[in-house]
Amino acid sequence: MTALVTHLPFFVAIWVLACGLYGIITSKNLVHLVVCVAVLQSSTYVLLVLVGFREGGAAPVFYDLPLGTLVVDPIVQALMLTDVVVEATVMALLLAMVVRVYERTGVLDPDALLRLRG
Amino acid sequence: MTASAWTPAPVALPLLAAAAVALFGHKVPRFVRTVIAFATSAFTAIVTAGLAWASLGDPIVYWFGDWAPRGQIPLGVCFVVDPIGAGLAALASVLVTAAVTFADRYFDDVQAVFHVLMLAFLGAIAGFCLTGDLFNLFVFFELMSAAAFALCGYKSREPGPLQGAINFGVTNTIGGFLVLDGLTLLYGRTGALNLAQIARTLGGAHDGLVIAAFALITCGFFVKAAVVPLHFWLPDAHAVAPTPVSVVFSGVMVECGVYAVARLYATVFAPSFAGFVPHARGLIIGAGVITALVGGVMCLAQRHLKRLLAFSTVAHVGVMVSGIGLLDARAFGGVATYVLGHGLVKSSLFLTAGMYLHRLRSVDELELRGRGGALPGALFLAGGLALAGAPPFGTFGGESEIEAAADSLGYGWLGIVFTIAAILTAGAVLRAAMRISFGWGPSDGEEDRGERSEETETRPGPGLPLAMWVPAAVLLALAFVLGTLTGLDRALRESALRFQDSSAYAARVLDGVVSAVPSAEPSADDGSSLPRSLLVVVLSCATAFAALFRERIPAGVRKLAVALLGGALRRLRALQSGHVGDYVTWLVLGVACFGALSALLLR
Repeated sequence: MTALVTHLPFFVAIWVLACGLYGIITSKNLVHLVVCVAVLQSSTYVLLVLVGFREGGAAPVFYDLPLGTLVVDPIVQALMLTDVVVEATVMALLLAMVVRVYERTGVLDPDALLRLRG
Repeated sequence: MTASAWTPAPVALPLLAAAAVALFGHKVPRFVRTVIAFATSAFTAIVTAGLAWASLGDPIVYWFGDWAPRGQIPLGVCFVVDPIGAGLAALASVLVTAAVTFADRYFDDVQAVFHVLMLAFLGAIAGFCLTGDLFNLFVFFELMSAAAFALCGYKSREPGPLQGAINFGVTNTIGGFLVLDGLTLLYGRTGALNLAQIARTLGGAHDGLVIAAFALITCGFFVKAAVVPLHFWLPDAHAVAPTPVSVVFSGVMVECGVYAVARLYATVFAPSFAGFVPHARGLIIGAGVITALVGGVMCLAQRHLKRLLAFSTVAHVGVMVSGIGLLDARAFGGVATYVLGHGLVKSSLFLTAGMYLHRLRSVDELELRGRGGALPGALFLAGGLALAGAPPFGTFGGESEIEAAADSLGYGWLGIVFTIAAILTAGAVLRAAMRISFGWGPSDGEEDRGERSEETETRPGPGLPLAMWVPAAVLLALAFVLGTLTGLDRALRESALRFQDSSAYAARVLDGVVSAVPSAEPSADDGSSLPRSLLVVVLSCATAFAALFRERIPAGVRKLAVALLGGALRRLRALQSGHVGDYVTWLVLGVACFGALSALLLR
């Protein structure tokens, strides 16, 4: 039972990952598709938090904590922040392209956009 | 000033120049922007080549902000420069230099954003090749991808490029997440992000977590490297990107994925899988062989020149992945030579296709039949021969090294796969070159079913501008000259020996221990590679002639060929559906297969 609880965030990460992938594969709308990529990305946050979490750890700010206090890992928080920034750029770029697609063709269905094949 | 002081320059200079052009680019004439981009990338090429030279005897380790390790625990981020990484960065700089030169006369209106993106892309690739930190590697990977998505969709007024860019963006972002998940697992296990420290902390540990991290990271970079079945984005993206962008995509970006897989396997995972070398070989070589064959067959079936070249890149990536999959220093040195030769030759071919698009307003092989001029025709033919591995182009030296290593390890059959891939891709390029230049062959055929449309990018002008054909000729000449330098071959082989040594890498980075220069045994050329490569060249020409003069082939043979290949080809074509959901389905399947096989074989 304890093993299940400790590994629960891990299963959540896999579940969110699977949801994002399912959404992308079955998407009928390009905006929906980009949002699904964002859902997929959330699974990496869960995984990062899981890795950096320490049972009973305080926030890693040593302003009023004595040195040697158990804190959660601050490095994964920095990683996550970088991840957020990088992926926000990619999302913005993808959405900008979707806007362009809509301007050009008037549809958002990926099925209607099959110019390249074979 | 020592060499190590120059280490951040290949990243800092292009990024600073990109920022400057972004701020002030619209205030200066287009010519000035081109000169800035040209000067920056050319200077970066000199610096990275110099770093490669300076690191021949001993890798350069540069700690940012002087945050050197305290008691073997790295506090800061470091760059670890070795000739292979710096050489790849130098190749990227040379290709960007050629691309911005070509682009000056190519677009109707080169906007400042083009130069900004190209320079940011170059800075990201340089950082990707030089860094010694896993998270840093991921960030540069994403920066490179973001710049590449924007460059791919540069012609954003047309639906084709937008579709290509969205497919490219979505699949490669998923690849990035796979890498991030893998590195998170490694961090959770070792508490380290520095490659050397991860390697030392893992200490050859071998368990489910390491296998999962290996599968995730390798698959993530395989998306970028376009390994089948994660490759579907590549032909769409490379074909619709503006020609100068296709040059850097095919010439170096895809190879960066191969480099990262090799770097992480050699530095981090090799000690863990030391007892499973044949299994790991089977896994990676299997992926490479499928990629080489699928890419080759699809390449021969195209009529859109840029798409044809894109599929040939898939085939050549298959050769490179098979080469690193041998997990052998000699093969790896061969892959390095091959990447260099292939990057230069493929870029020259893409630039030539761009000249056709400029002069004749089309990149459709059948439409161009008999209309090509002498100069692009000569460049295209020479490029086709170089792709076939005609000596002394770099592709020849590289391929014969990989084959020699494969022979000595008992994978001699790989030589046959490489030969088939070379015949198919070079045959397709030669067929196109002869059809366009000499007007041979029918104006319809199996190629007829492929993609053909391509929007023109320029206003028609008289003749070929100097800025267009000179870069293509210079790249081809470079591939020729580099292939004749025997010293280069040897230096790359020695660097490959060091590249494969995980404990020496960790000792150099964490303890500052300089290991002795490994001496590569001189290449035991038994004289069999030259006749072999000539045979490949002859067979490629024969394939091209067979495709062109297919009416003269006896009907029975033709029917047999159609029965053998026709169905497979139709199925392969149908898979390339252009639908991003299909591509992601294949990606998931590919990753699941690779993960399951890793779990079975490496356990």
